[in-house]
Amino acid sequence: MKARLPLLALALVAVALVVAPLGLQRYGTYILTLWLVTSIAAMGVNLIVGYAGQETLAQAAFLGIGAYTTALLTGAGVPFGLAFLASGALAFCVGILIGFPALRVRKHYLAFVTLAFTVLVWLVIRNEQWLTGGVMGMNVRRPGLGEINLRNHQNFYWFVLAITAALSFALWWIVRSPWGRAFTALRENALRAESLGVDVRLYTLLAFAIGCAYGGFAGALFAPLVGFIDPAPFALAPSLLFLLMVVVGGAGSFAGPFVGAAVAVLLPEWLRFAQGHYLIIYALLVIVMMAFCPSGIVGLVRRLVALRPKPSTADAPAAPAKEAA
Amino acid sequence: MASVLEVRNLSKRFGGITAVDDVSFDVHEGEILGLIGPNGSGKSTLFNCILGQLAPSAGEVRVDGHGVTGLRPSELNRRGVSRTFQLLQVFPKLTVRENLILAGQEHQGRMLARLFGKRDAGLTAQADRMIAFFRLSHLAEETAGSLSYGQQKLLDAAMAFMAGPRLVLLDEPAGGVNLTMLASLKERLHAINAEENATFVVIEHNMEFVMSLCSRILVLAEGRIIAEGAPEAVRRDPRVIEAYLGH
Ligand SMILES: Nc1ncnc2c1ncn2[C@@H]1O[C@H](COP(=O)(O)OP(=O)(O)OP(=O)(O)O)[C@@H](O)[C@H]1O
Ligand SMILES: [Mg+2]
Repeated sequence: MKARLPLLALALVAVALVVAPLGLQRYGTYILTLWLVTSIAAMGVNLIVGYAGQETLAQAAFLGIGAYTTALLTGAGVPFGLAFLASGALAFCVGILIGFPALRVRKHYLAFVTLAFTVLVWLVIRNEQWLTGGVMGMNVRRPGLGEINLRNHQNFYWFVLAITAALSFALWWIVRSPWGRAFTALRENALRAESLGVDVRLYTLLAFAIGCAYGGFAGALFAPLVGFIDPAPFALAPSLLFLLMVVVGGAGSFAGPFVGAAVAVLLPEWLRFAQGHYLIIYALLVIVMMAFCPSGIVGLVRRLVALRPKPSTADAPAAPAKEAA
Repeated sequence: MASVLEVRNLSKRFGGITAVDDVSFDVHEGEILGLIGPNGSGKSTLFNCILGQLAPSAGEVRVDGHGVTGLRPSELNRRGVSRTFQLLQVFPKLTVRENLILAGQEHQGRMLARLFGKRDAGLTAQADRMIAFFRLSHLAEETAGSLSYGQQKLLDAAMAFMAGPRLVLLDEPAGGVNLTMLASLKERLHAINAEENATFVVIEHNMEFVMSLCSRILVLAEGRIIAEGAPEAVRRDPRVIEAYLGH
C-alpha cells in the first residue's frame, strides 16, 4: 500500500504530462517544454549539489556548450540524435577537465573554478563570432524524427518529454545504485567514506561530470526549442538561477529540480504584471525558503504530509519505499 | 611470526611540534596490539600517518611487506586495512544496514559493475550478519543518526570489519561506551580476531579494557615509544607510571 501510492501518483503525473499539450495553446506548450528542458539541467545540479554535496556555478555554461554544439552540428548536417549525444558527451568531458584540477586542491575550489569557467564560456560565445555568431546569435533548425515533424510544437513537446523521462530514469537508477550511496556518503562524511574504500576524488568527479552532462543534454534540447541562441541565457546569472532552483525545489530530493524549475519558469509568466520586479520577488522567495524550510518546497510538502495523523505508523516494513537520501 | 604491519622510523612534525618522533614497531599476524599513552602523545597522529590520512614527515610503512607510504586511505582500505576514528564517524542519514553495505561495496566488483549491478552490491546478507554479530538487529532499518551514542560506536566498529579486513586500527573504540556494552564489544573483538584471523591495533585510555583485550602493549609518550611488552609488565613499568603521572 505504502509503496504503491507513489507509483500511482507517478502514473497520474505521467498521464497528465502526456495529455497536457492537448488543452494548451502554442505558447503554453512552449512554456511546458521549457520547463522540461530546465528540469533536465536542474537535475544535473541536484546530483552535484544535493546528492554529492559539491558546488557548481556553471550549469548555464554547460547548457551553452550543449546548445552551441547541437546548433553547429545540426547546422552542418549531422543528425540530431548524434548531436544530442555529442552535446552530453562534450559537457561530461569538459566537466572532468575542469573538475579534476579543482578537486585535487580543495572542495570549495569547485565553486571558484566553475564561476570562472562560466565567465570564460560566455566570453568565448560572445567574442568568437566566426563560430557562434557572437551577440548576433545563430538560428537553429528543429530536427526531424523520421516521419514525425518536430516543427510541430506538440510533437516537439512529446519528444522532449520522452527524453526527460529517459534521463530521469537514468538519474534515478544512478542515485539508487551503489554509486548513489557513495555520493551520499561523501556528502555526509568524506573522511569516513575515504577510509572505507570510497575513492572520494573519483566519485566526486563522476557526480560533477554527470551533472554537467545533464546540462549539455538540456542545452541540446534548448537550442531547437527556442530556435535562436545568443550568449544571454548562458551567462552567470542563469547559472546562479539553476542553483537557486534546486535549493527552492529541494536539494537532494528527486522531485526537487522539477518543482524548482517549475517555479523558475512559471514565476516570470505569472508575475508578468510585475515586469522587472519578478527577480526581486524570486529572491525574496528564496530567502524566505532558506529561513523557514531549508529542505525546499518538496521538504515543505513532506512535512505537511507527515503532520497529517496516520492511521498506523508502524505497519509493514517500508523497506523498498524508504529512500536513502 | 609474519609481520602484517611494519612501521620504520616514522616521524610527523606539525610546525614546531614533533607529534610522532622516529617510531618503529611491527604488528604480528593475528595479534591484538594495544597502543596507550597520555593525551597528546601522538597516538592518533601515528594512525593517521600509517593510513595515509596524513603524509609522514619521514619514515616508511609496509603492509604485508609492501611499501604503502603515500597511498591514499581508500587505496589502503581496499588492500585490507580498515580503521575507526577517535571521534564517532557514521553516516547519520543512512540506515544501519546502508552504513554497513557502504562499508563493503567498494570491495565488490568494478566501478561500472557497481553502477549496473545490484543496488545492495549483493551485501545485504553479509550486512545483516554483521548487524546481528554486534547485536544491532532490531535497529537495522533505523537511520544511524537516531541510535544512541554507544550503539553508533558499535556500528562504527562494525563498519570497519564489514569488508573482512586483514588489519584493523581502532582509535578509542571504548570511549563513551557503557560497561555492559564494553564487555560485549571486547567479546566481539576477540571473536573476530580468532575466527577471521584479523590483526588489530587498538588505541585506548580505558586500562581495564585494553589490558584484558590486548596480547601486547606499546606505550607512547611525547611521540616516542617508551615501553613495550605484555600487559602486566607494562602496567608495572616505572617509565610508564612516570609518563602518566609526571605531567
Ligand atoms: N592537524 C594537526 N595540526 C597541528 N598539530 C596537530 C595536528 N594533529 C595533532 N596535532 C598535535 O600533535 C600532538 C599529538 O596529537 P594526537 O591527536 O596524535 O594525540 P593522541 O595521543 O591521539 O591524544 P589523545 O589521547 O588525546 O587522543 C598534539 O600535540 C596535537 O596538538
Ligand atoms: Mg587520539
